[in-house]
Amino acid sequence: MSSPILEGRSLRVVYAGQSILDVPATEVCEGEVLALIGPNGAGKSTLLRLLGLLEAPTAGEIFFHGQPVGRSRRGLLALRRRFATVFQEPLLCDATVEANVALGLRMRRRPTHEIRAQVSAWLERLGIAHLAARQARTLSGGEAQRASLARAFALRPDILLLDEPFAALDPPTRDELVTALHGLLHQEALTTVFVTHDRNEALRLGDRIAVMMDGRIRQVGRPSEVFGRPTSEEVARFVGVETILPGRVAVERNGLLVVEVNGTRIEALGHLPPRQQVLVCLRPEDLTIRRKGESGHPESARNHVEGVVEDVVPIGAQCRVRIDCGLSLVALVTKQSLDDLALAPGVAVVVSFKASAVHLIPH
Amino acid sequence: MELIWQGFQEAVRLIAARDRSVFQITWLSLQVSGAATLLSLLLGIPAGVVLALTRFPGRGLLIATVNTGMGLPPVVVGLFVSIFLWRSGPLGFLGLLYTPTAIVIAQFVIAAPIVTGLTVAAMQQLNPKLRLQLLALGASSSQLLWLLMREARLPLLAAVMAGFGGVISEVGASMMVGGNLLGQTRVLTTATVLETGKGNFDVAIALSLILLVLVFAVNYLLTWIQQRGRRP
Repeated sequence: MSSPILEGRSLRVVYAGQSILDVPATEVCEGEVLALIGPNGAGKSTLLRLLGLLEAPTAGEIFFHGQPVGRSRRGLLALRRRFATVFQEPLLCDATVEANVALGLRMRRRPTHEIRAQVSAWLERLGIAHLAARQARTLSGGEAQRASLARAFALRPDILLLDEPFAALDPPTRDELVTALHGLLHQEALTTVFVTHDRNEALRLGDRIAVMMDGRIRQVGRPSEVFGRPTSEEVARFVGVETILPGRVAVERNGLLVVEVNGTRIEALGHLPPRQQVLVCLRPEDLTIRRKGESGHPESARNHVEGVVEDVVPIGAQCRVRIDCGLSLVALVTKQSLDDLALAPGVAVVVSFKASAVHLIPH
Repeated sequence: MELIWQGFQEAVRLIAARDRSVFQITWLSLQVSGAATLLSLLLGIPAGVVLALTRFPGRGLLIATVNTGMGLPPVVVGLFVSIFLWRSGPLGFLGLLYTPTAIVIAQFVIAAPIVTGLTVAAMQQLNPKLRLQLLALGASSSQLLWLLMREARLPLLAAVMAGFGGVISEVGASMMVGGNLLGQTRVLTTATVLETGKGNFDVAIALSLILLVLVFAVNYLLTWIQQRGRRP
């Protein structure tokens, strides 16, 4: 990984005697997209405002290229002009789209020909060139957010800060914009801090993910690490692990573990001493289901558990199926397999999953 | 009804005949109220912006005081300005009583709280997050203020209209500190009071009509500026 461009050290924010944020260390590296995820009120936006030099921490310091940013107004303004931020609301001024996209460049007193060139280039790249002369207040939510993104990109910032930029948009518009942003971030290799409570957006855009809860960063890592190997129950729940069961290591042999969960034996990978208490985590997409009595084991799956379908809940194109196996498992299946297997409450099934799909949190 | 019709005819006749004293009274009204409004904008807009955008102890009390000042009775203002400018008063040495300047001062005292109070309201109706966004885009303090005021231009122009409307139509203070001296401090409102007292209803109606047209014209101009380029 390249060197950190932006760092926060010993950051604390206290409002009215209440600690809102407590982050001993965090860093953003050159060219990466750091996604800050977490539930509402976790302190993500507060951390973003600190990193964007829009708010001073109660204690601690922000470093830009290794240098403390200090608190002088002039110094902060000069640094702030190397950043650009897009918020959840587009927050456009009451003027034309073109004037809005030019706003930050005007503040920097760039020459007119440069402003004109940048503005038209970015209107084009965000697909809103045809709206240039429109009054900003007449735009739809998606169009306005595109204008807001164009306004930020036109500044060619060293660091782009995004504070839930898609949270207020309807799902199709959001998908379009996430796709557009993904492309732009890749092309520009722009260092970005992206706040979201939507884990799919974080997975899609983030090179690294930091999970925040109660004002603290609970886990940071590559998406596969954070989503596949959460280090605590809360993080596991937030990143979409739906089955979390308390168990105990029964046997450990050459990196293969047998864990006992409520009388059921589950095989997992890892090195943990026997009798270690653990939380067994299973992501719903890692479970496969077939009807009891029908053949066709997934060859590599070492775990097969018999049970009965408890309920089936449709979510988007997929269905969440809860199975009672003595322990309660949750699996995701496509509508197609749901129909093929004729899954319904009361149907007897076998649930299979690989030993490598089982994540254990010692506890 | 006959009386009003006659007054209307007289007004047309006076304007058509370019009656010198009527023109002079109208011009003085415009000058005095225009100057008072301008001064109240110079004080009221910055004061309103500061009250709206900053936090300091006593701010709430100050805003409440300004809001109370928006309903200040002109006669009370006239009384206190008179006392201050009275020959034996603290500012008596300036010799301003019964001059157009005295009317400007009194009207300024009336208009300043109106402009300040409405500026506070205008700035506070802006989305508070807009300030953060403008800072994040790299606005300096002066750029931030300018952009926020530009965003609030509709209600700010309403503040200008309310300030001007408040003083051009005011009569008590102008009468008390100006003295309604012909050719010197007689304005449209004080002249109307005088002519009505004398029973010259036709002239009074003529003066009232001119006043109404004037107020309308100024507000029309401001409304045009306010609504320019604005479609629903």
